Amino acid sequence: MEARRRMDDATITIDTDADIVRARQIGREMAAVGGCGATDLTMVATAISEIARNMLTHAGGGIVDLSLVYESGRPCLLIVATDEGPGIEDLDQALQDGFTTGEGLGLGLPGARRLMDEFTISSHPERGTTVTMRKWCRPEL
Amino acid sequence: MAHVPVLRQRGYLIATIQATMTDSEAADLQDDLMEQVSRYRARGIVVDTTALDVLDSFAARTLRTIAHMTRLRGARTVLVGIQPEVAFAMVQLGITLEDVDTALDLEEGLELLDETFTE
Repeated sequence: MEARRRMDDATITIDTDADIVRARQIGREMAAVGGCGATDLTMVATAISEIARNMLTHAGGGIVDLSLVYESGRPCLLIVATDEGPGIEDLDQALQDGFTTGEGLGLGLPGARRLMDEFTISSHPERGTTVTMRKWCRPEL
Repeated sequence: MAHVPVLRQRGYLIATIQATMTDSEAADLQDDLMEQVSRYRARGIVVDTTALDVLDSFAARTLRTIAHMTRLRGARTVLVGIQPEVAFAMVQLGITLEDVDTALDLEEGLELLDETFTE
């Protein structure tokens, strides 16, 4: 049986652009507690920023759940971002670099996927989108 | 949240971004710099990101827009102080800002502008 222990958690409601900053700051702090090095901390904060903005832009907001867990023998920051927006029609397309329906660069989802160790997304029309991401903490490389 | 302060020095505008910058602060900075370039007839702008925690796609797009818009008004913008971790994350994200001038720090940014305008 795999050992999984919850060490800390936080829930941030994304309602305004200031909440995006708050979510990435809290994520950074939690990953620091988990022992992540400076590069990982910045990658985590950047990925949270992209995902939270996506929710704000396309779904009018949502919830970012952060938890520091102990998984596969190491501390890991687990990020679950959930919105109740219109959903993403074509996930493959949304995960391609440069694809955008809004004003952005179209880097949000594919970029966040590259920044994290694990990235999964599920979406249902009219019911919303959930992005789950993990970063295992390691000291500076 | 803190507004991005813009100082004037030797005919240049120097914008020092704080530890965090929200999307609306980034948009305000863009308006501010465009307005000040005209008001002070500034030829050069340095945007210092030394303290900034994250340079995500929105912030990058705004900084690029600032560089392009001010260029059209006859000013040169140099982005300075992008930290190594931030640069690493930007490249992973897919942001290169290849069409924007950059320098290591404020000192080198000002040198670059001096070189531009003494030739």
